[in-house]
Amino acid sequence: MSYILKRVVFYLIAAWASITLNFFLPRMMPGDPGSVLLAKLRGQGDIRPEVIDAMMKAYGVSDDPLIFQYFDYMRNILTGEFGVSTSWFPAPVTEVIRTGFIWTVILIGTALIISFAIGSILGVIGAWKRGSWMDNVTPPVFVFLGSLPYFWIAPMLLFAFAFHFQWFPPRHAYNTDLSPTFSWAYISSVIGHMILPVISVVIVSVGGWLLGMRNTMIAILSEDYVTMAEAKGLSSRRVMFGYGARNALLPTLTSFGMSLGFILGGSLFTEMIFAYPGLGYLLINSVRGLDYPLMQGLFMMITFAVLLANLIVDLLYVRLDPRIRKS
Amino acid sequence: MSANANIDLTTAVVESDQPITPQVPPKVRRSKRAAGITGLLLQNRKAAVGAAIIVFYLLVAFVGPYLVKYDPTEIVARRHLAPNAQHWFGTDGSGKDVFSQTVVGARSSLSTGLIVGGIVTIIGILVGMTAGYLRGWVDDLLSTLTNIVLIIPGLPLLIVLAAFLPPGFWSIIFVLSVTGWAWGARVLRSQTMSLREKDFVASAVVAGEGNMRIMLREILPNMMSIVVAGYLGAVNYAIGAQAGLEFLGLGNPSSVSWGNNLYWAQNNSALLVGAWWTLIPSGLSIALVAFGFSMINYAIDEVTNPRLRSQRQTAQILKGQPAKVRKSRGTPVMIEGRES
Repeated sequence: MSYILKRVVFYLIAAWASITLNFFLPRMMPGDPGSVLLAKLRGQGDIRPEVIDAMMKAYGVSDDPLIFQYFDYMRNILTGEFGVSTSWFPAPVTEVIRTGFIWTVILIGTALIISFAIGSILGVIGAWKRGSWMDNVTPPVFVFLGSLPYFWIAPMLLFAFAFHFQWFPPRHAYNTDLSPTFSWAYISSVIGHMILPVISVVIVSVGGWLLGMRNTMIAILSEDYVTMAEAKGLSSRRVMFGYGARNALLPTLTSFGMSLGFILGGSLFTEMIFAYPGLGYLLINSVRGLDYPLMQGLFMMITFAVLLANLIVDLLYVRLDPRIRKS
Repeated sequence: MSANANIDLTTAVVESDQPITPQVPPKVRRSKRAAGITGLLLQNRKAAVGAAIIVFYLLVAFVGPYLVKYDPTEIVARRHLAPNAQHWFGTDGSGKDVFSQTVVGARSSLSTGLIVGGIVTIIGILVGMTAGYLRGWVDDLLSTLTNIVLIIPGLPLLIVLAAFLPPGFWSIIFVLSVTGWAWGARVLRSQTMSLREKDFVASAVVAGEGNMRIMLREILPNMMSIVVAGYLGAVNYAIGAQAGLEFLGLGNPSSVSWGNNLYWAQNNSALLVGAWWTLIPSGLSIALVAFGFSMINYAIDEVTNPRLRSQRQTAQILKGQPAKVRKSRGTPVMIEGRES
């Protein structure tokens, strides 16, 4: 129990740190960011007074002392008040984020599960058949695939399978002619739009799971209880999955939480290239459109989501590993 | 499969009455031991492949720019010209030579990587060793900080930071250093913690050596392989992240680098007009450099962790020894004599 408490305290500190960072970043930058941004925005063409007002509020162009601004900011974040998006004006930042959030969860969730499953299974088999041609060939191949930049593999897939062969739709998350209902047409269009982005994430991320799983599995297979299981004459299938892989899964689970932030980062590029309307696509567009309130709100939401996911992984870990529960 | 497995189990002991003498005697001077590790690394095929790729790109980055025919920022031909004898990699969307861009781009990408790698490694050593050696509240504070930096998603933070800073080479260096040090710090902290319990540290304490000296002269040299692996990983991270930021247009778009080459290719809708040659060279270069560094790191892992060594390699280490390695699943097992 105290383990969980410790982790919760840590996540709270991390959340506070990222809120504070978010508050001080624009205020620490050289010059007066508020007026610089306003000048930039004005340069973009006509601008509504309400937008200026929103920007002023967000960037501390106010006479209050910094400490009051800080507490105001904290209260706003905690009550879910992220300000008004300037590029989607007058939509509040939270509303813009909500739609993006769903798409990112669908996309990243699918990609993560597929990549974890393929990588882990290949890793288990590689460790089991040490020194076979498969074990010698797969790690370098997947290290190479993992070295491919997300922002390169995605355009390549797009070019080959969406433009050249035209097997898959090139952009967006669903056919915009359809209305979002629980109809087969709509769902199949969502799946069709998901295939290429998911493949690009899986190609790059599967190697990490493979190597991690393989290395833990190799360590586990030299444990006495594996030797014992084999000596008892259990089938190799049972030893491999029931004794080896089952125990090797635990350490991998920890990196699952850690790598979530990493994969989320990579998916920003994927979403941008496929114009997939998730958080990454919104983030990049907000940076390009100088929509700073939306950008900061997105950063907050992405951070909170990663923290929450890690907390869930910790809770799972306690369920799965009795050694932690006892200590 | 299972019959084979049973044979492995019965022979999973060293079948020899005399101990196998290791090639390196226990007491050697440090330089000789270091040479042994480098030798092992060079024998490793993965390390050799990785090192060859990196040396090639270092040459391209530091000699290549003097040898290219065209200025990468000059418009020298028609737009989107396919590769030909004049322009080996074709021309980009504004008629600049892609081959020159790729060669000159190597310099910016690699130097960013090497500089950021250095900064990140130094911060990692400072934070990690201080936390691991001093322990107590200093450790609590520094570990919490490290873990916070680790858990805040890197790329979104990079994007937000880069969006606020004026675009430029040093802004990117700064942003990448701020976000990249935590991984090394965490690994070095745990390694320092375990090394500080060793007898040689205790004897240094008894001999009256100061904390600084113990950390730098006793502990640090004993985890050089981790420091080196951390450095290579950081270089890799920096090259990828710089290219990513530039691809998003958050770098300085007028400078020539692999990330910027891809940014312009994307902006000039290279793929819509089928100009794949503007994307392949820079993208593959980033991937190959990352692959090279990863392979070296992979090999360091294998050399320092015998369990991960492939059978062939273990056999190589034992060359000239009257021992043979049997196929086994766990730690490589040496068996004297021939297989019966």
